[in-house]
Amino acid sequence: MLTGADQDAGLRQQVRDFLAGHDPAAMPRLEFLRARFDAGLAWVHYPAGLGGQGLPRSLQAAVDAEFAAAGAPDNNPARIGIGLGMAAPTILGFGTEEQQQRWLRPLWTGEEVWCQLFSEPGAGSDLAGLATRAVRDADGGDWRVTGQKVWTSMAHAARWGLLLARTDPDVPKHAGLTYFGCDMTVPGVEVRPLRQLTGEAEFNEVFLSDAAVADADRIGAVGEGWRVAQGTLMNERIAIGGTALPREGGMIGLAANAWREHPEARTPGLHDRLLRLWADAEVARLAGARLRQQLAAGQPGPEGSAAKVVFARLNQDLSAFELELAGAGGLVYDDWTLRRPESVSFSGRGPGYRYLRARGNSIEGGTSEILRNIIAERVLGLPSEPRTDTRVAWKDLPR
Amino acid sequence: MSGASPGGRPASPGAGPQTPRPGTPRWPEAPFLRHGASALTTEGTRPRAGIPDLGYSEAEEELRAVVRDLLTDRGPWPAVLARAGAGEADDVPLWHALAADLGCAGLLIPERHGGAGASYREAAVVAEETGRATACVPYLTSAVMATTALLGTGDGDLLGALAAGRLSAALAVGLDTMPPAPGAAARPWPVRVGRPEDGDGPGVARLTGTVRGAAGALAADVLLVPGDGVPVKLYAVDATAAGVNRAPLASLDATRPLADVTLDRVPARPVVAGEDAARAVAAALTAGAGLLASEQLGVAERCLEMTIAYVKERHQFARPVGSFQALKHRLADVWIAVTQGRAAARYAAACLAEGSPDTAVAVALAKAACGEAAVHAAQECVQLHGGIGFTWEHPAHLLLKRAKSGSMALGTPDRHRAALGALVDLPPPPGG
Repeated sequence: MLTGADQDAGLRQQVRDFLAGHDPAAMPRLEFLRARFDAGLAWVHYPAGLGGQGLPRSLQAAVDAEFAAAGAPDNNPARIGIGLGMAAPTILGFGTEEQQQRWLRPLWTGEEVWCQLFSEPGAGSDLAGLATRAVRDADGGDWRVTGQKVWTSMAHAARWGLLLARTDPDVPKHAGLTYFGCDMTVPGVEVRPLRQLTGEAEFNEVFLSDAAVADADRIGAVGEGWRVAQGTLMNERIAIGGTALPREGGMIGLAANAWREHPEARTPGLHDRLLRLWADAEVARLAGARLRQQLAAGQPGPEGSAAKVVFARLNQDLSAFELELAGAGGLVYDDWTLRRPESVSFSGRGPGYRYLRARGNSIEGGTSEILRNIIAERVLGLPSEPRTDTRVAWKDLPR
Repeated sequence: MSGASPGGRPASPGAGPQTPRPGTPRWPEAPFLRHGASALTTEGTRPRAGIPDLGYSEAEEELRAVVRDLLTDRGPWPAVLARAGAGEADDVPLWHALAADLGCAGLLIPERHGGAGASYREAAVVAEETGRATACVPYLTSAVMATTALLGTGDGDLLGALAAGRLSAALAVGLDTMPPAPGAAARPWPVRVGRPEDGDGPGVARLTGTVRGAAGALAADVLLVPGDGVPVKLYAVDATAAGVNRAPLASLDATRPLADVTLDRVPARPVVAGEDAARAVAAALTAGAGLLASEQLGVAERCLEMTIAYVKERHQFARPVGSFQALKHRLADVWIAVTQGRAAARYAAACLAEGSPDTAVAVALAKAACGEAAVHAAQECVQLHGGIGFTWEHPAHLLLKRAKSGSMALGTPDRHRAALGALVDLPPPPGG
């Protein structure tokens, strides 16, 4: 049996062999990425034939490092984060073989951007109560979807959406949902920017008006949508809370450097807060590393929920600290222009932006309150609140 | 625990190289043990490129299971409670079972001195378990702190006796002592060094002075006393010698008894001198703080488990109180603090084991994080138990006292964060 080090060395050799036959400087970017996918060097923990080789996830870092060292183009992971972090594991876990063959390659190369059509104006924390209806054509074939989705990042650039829709209003809410891949280019799909309190529009509203969705694009069985969505959401929490960074690599680095550069702004109270934040941020970084060490061996579990709660609180406290440290500068905002950025960058903007944007960290991807419920019930095994909404047909619920 | 060996001794991870047995974990030799106290270097505050394994190995989990069995079996709640209520000090039979029978006293001691040659990673697992059980044993003070002080001295006789569990030792410092910053000058130590008297052997000195609030001193056979001479030396003192007075204090945490130790012209044998003595004491305090973090993690986990069990059971308003969101969120926050604390504690143990240049940062982080997590968890444990949690008969107060006392021992969270400020270049306001 091969050891981890053998596999690591073998993969590095594979990359070098691949690069010998595919000069990144001489090939169009997309062609290079497609070839890399076909060689099983896209994500080595995916199955053979789907961009991988069925190897441990932990070995991917060596592959990425070899490609980066050769100056090869990457797939711009920041732009296709929803595809890589949520759509791909969902398609791999619940999609048919045809869907996997159709979707995963262009997803990974970035040819096709994915977005997530989950939240609705009337269904945020109570996602399972959503109202977007998918009605099957009379011949029992394809579907027509009508409803409104919200908080959809990248919808304006997306080719596909991960759609959760109600297919049966006559059963309790969790049982009447079905999961689809929704073609964002068909008639009846309208995307409008949603301006947020930072002034920009990272997100969109998506209006679905009798939009056609092929039954071949259904992911999982009819009525199984909730179970599939749980898999997506667990991966979303990992994606949000679980990036590897060096010490002082996150927002703490900005605050610490501002502190070092501005002795005149220091006060004892701010010093105390900064030391606490530095320690908390470093411990959270270690906890993230520990989580990833565990993930490298197994599957994402509810521990990701802790990382996300901590990350949200830290970002909020750090950006508030940084704003106060900025003094008069903190009273000025860098730019209120309505923009539609393709990825969120905390470091590219001023502390005022960071302060405002961080307020969303405890709301997006599951509020910190919902995450605490999940921790309490799924990790700690505490009993759920008495509920009135889970046994009644969705159509009979008050709203 | 598995069956007894032919010698009547239970199988143990510390059984030593002479008695290998199937299934006995083989501990790796840790660099810290090879280099002794000097492995706690002062250069650099940046961690190496990779973060070490922050989990638990199979051997560590086996060690944990054996220790937990023993502590559950021999040190159950009612016994710990009764002991605390009677103001009794350490549980000598339990300590003997842990130290000698299981070999936990020798985890950090190299095999050539009869120890297990394990590392701070394994020792930290035992610390977690002694915290969980609020065990009245001098594990931290003897098997971690005093042992670490001696590792750099090569005092094979004493290390051998400690490894075998024949003797226990304690570093004679106040439990509130903060580990010194790397490279800091030796602090003035309160015990003065006097001339030998007629009939004293070669090298023997006479020590006089008082150390206030020392932990583990009552259980110790040997006191390791930093003496304030020129050069400074670390001395070994027979704890039962004439002129040694150990006056028990009413400790906030009765499961870790404190004493004022007064020495009046007590004969003492130097074990290490000068810079090496200062380093040995610093290493002992640093390792003590680092492994106390693991102990505090164990306290926090026990508090959380106990509280979860209670709120599932306890009914008010015709439902388990654990179904109320107000309580669930509080327990979720305790769990989050435990997950964060565990990463910090494992990092500190790994850094100690590797002799990493990041050890000072790692220990400060872990001591601050786990101290606060334990106090948070213990305070919630009392609160969420309601009235019963406020009684003497319920064990919640044992955990609360262990948590609060432990968080203040070997440097409060605030002091450790202040130390961190100096280590990672986050200076206070000018003139502050």
